[in-house]
Amino acid sequence: MGEVVGFYVLATLILVFAGLVITARNTTHSVLFLMMDFLSVAALYVLLGAEFVAVIQILVYAGGIVVLYLFVVMLVNLKRPPESYRDPRRQGKLGVVLAAAVLVEMVAVAGYSRVAPAPVAAAVSPVVGNTEEVGWLLYTQYLIPFELASMLLLVAMVGAILLSKREL
Amino acid sequence: MVDAVVIPLLKIVIVLVATLTAVSYMVLLERKVIAWTQARLGPMRVGPHGILQPIADALKLMIKEDITPARADRWVFTLAPILAMVPALIVYAVIPFGPAVEVFGRPVTLYITDINVGLLYVVSVTSVGVYGIILAGYASNSKYPMLASLRASAQLISYEVAVTLTLVSVVLVAGTLSLVGIVEAQREAHVWYLFAQPVAFALIVIGGLAETNRAPFDMPEAEQELTGGFHTEYSGMRFALFFLAEYANMIVVSSVATTLFLGGYLRPFPNVAAFGVLDIVPSWMWFLLKSFAFLYFFIWIRATLPRYRYDQLMRLGWKVLIPIAIANLVVTAIVRVLLVARVGADG
Amino acid sequence: MITETHYLVLSAALFAIGVVGVMVRRNIVVVFMSIELMLNAVNINLVAYSHHLQHTVGQVFAVFVIAVAAAEAAVGLAILLAFYRNRETVNIDDMNLMKW
Repeated sequence: MGEVVGFYVLATLILVFAGLVITARNTTHSVLFLMMDFLSVAALYVLLGAEFVAVIQILVYAGGIVVLYLFVVMLVNLKRPPESYRDPRRQGKLGVVLAAAVLVEMVAVAGYSRVAPAPVAAAVSPVVGNTEEVGWLLYTQYLIPFELASMLLLVAMVGAILLSKREL
Repeated sequence: MVDAVVIPLLKIVIVLVATLTAVSYMVLLERKVIAWTQARLGPMRVGPHGILQPIADALKLMIKEDITPARADRWVFTLAPILAMVPALIVYAVIPFGPAVEVFGRPVTLYITDINVGLLYVVSVTSVGVYGIILAGYASNSKYPMLASLRASAQLISYEVAVTLTLVSVVLVAGTLSLVGIVEAQREAHVWYLFAQPVAFALIVIGGLAETNRAPFDMPEAEQELTGGFHTEYSGMRFALFFLAEYANMIVVSSVATTLFLGGYLRPFPNVAAFGVLDIVPSWMWFLLKSFAFLYFFIWIRATLPRYRYDQLMRLGWKVLIPIAIANLVVTAIVRVLLVARVGADG
Repeated sequence: MITETHYLVLSAALFAIGVVGVMVRRNIVVVFMSIELMLNAVNINLVAYSHHLQHTVGQVFAVFVIAVAAAEAAVGLAILLAFYRNRETVNIDDMNLMKW
């Protein structure tokens, strides 16, 4: 019962905030709605028993990435409204139709595909607790992807610093 | 029913009321301590020795006119103080004030909850607190708050890196992210982590001062340069929220540092039988005493040290604290691996 | 009873909102944010399946997605700022030259 109420409340919040992100006129408000959306998604992860991902979601998304967006929005001090010029070849309505098609397709796939019944909980690691399990997998089975992710972050950091130099 | 709903709710109410009272009395304490440092008396008029001053301040702030500047972003202007206050308060959900005790024959734990990801929760919730400051500067539509909020958020984000890296080394020593687990690990180790991780402790104290925008790192509120800082345009209750959030954050930093490095609710020399006489002081009293000593230290620093320059602050954060934090982390990891290997060989 | 199909539908809807944002909005910051929404939709799927299959590997992949999103945001916003310094605009429809 609690799970049902929690799911519907959070799902409504997530979708409403996401809608506001893409419809808000003021970009700063968009960024704020994005933060609210990420916090709701984090709450959904808690509902799913994934505390570690929930906390990482708040730490990296709400506390890091969205702050970066907020900074950029404040730095990009626009003299003319950002959406003043419109390419006449742009097909906005077609875009919405395509997005609707994507939605219908994915819902159909979700509804018609038979999901395998949950197997008996397979012990994946000799440790207990959500964080410990994630850590165990990251450092044993997924060690190489983990190292690659750290390389990716390093490359992204160097790239971002290079790109933000004054004389490019 | 009582165990699942009533007791947690009671605990939340007690912690919130106690925190807000402590916050308002922190203001008085700060004024008094700074006054003593400068050979003054401080507030003396309201009640004996000014003991009722916080109540008078609260009344004054409540009946003051609450101004919204012209052309301010109204919604965000109202939202900003709330976003500054809420993270500072919800951190208390995981701070252990004491172990389980018996209250009226019922076992009650002296913390609201003990979660698996406690320390990460603290870090992530406090990282959301930066929104209040950025949005206050943005929504005021005024240049001094804007400059102050850019400074403040740059400062918070820079020092957050160093503090988080330092916390990782504590987690390495304790082997758990749960705050209760970290305290209990210190009981097992017979020693506060202040002595196991002295470098980390120094980093946390410096980083904590910067994270709470306290002197000598109170650039965002430098009156001489920025009139009042990011809350220049705020008045009445909304200003009070910013003010309280700053002190609530100080209490958060001192509670977390106490939990991690000063043994939390443990007595000095935990688990050493020779000092058993210290057990007559209840465990939550030890926690409060240590946190109070920390807060006193914060005020003492403010009364003693001059303010840093902004570029010095950034240099200290990026070129001194972060390299030391990384070095500390690497050394801790190596020592930990060697110790575990040795214990493994013995066992 | 909430099944994993509920989570799939939620994530599909969130993804579609992201697609609409990318297709319709011309402010590139909002387009970036729509991409973040789509990445979040993917993460909801991963974590929902992790819950359903009682296996932590979905969460591990969610952590990877978050790392990639962080890298994407940093580089993307740096490109945006470099573009803004040259052209004084963040309108996607103005970004129609390979070189200027």
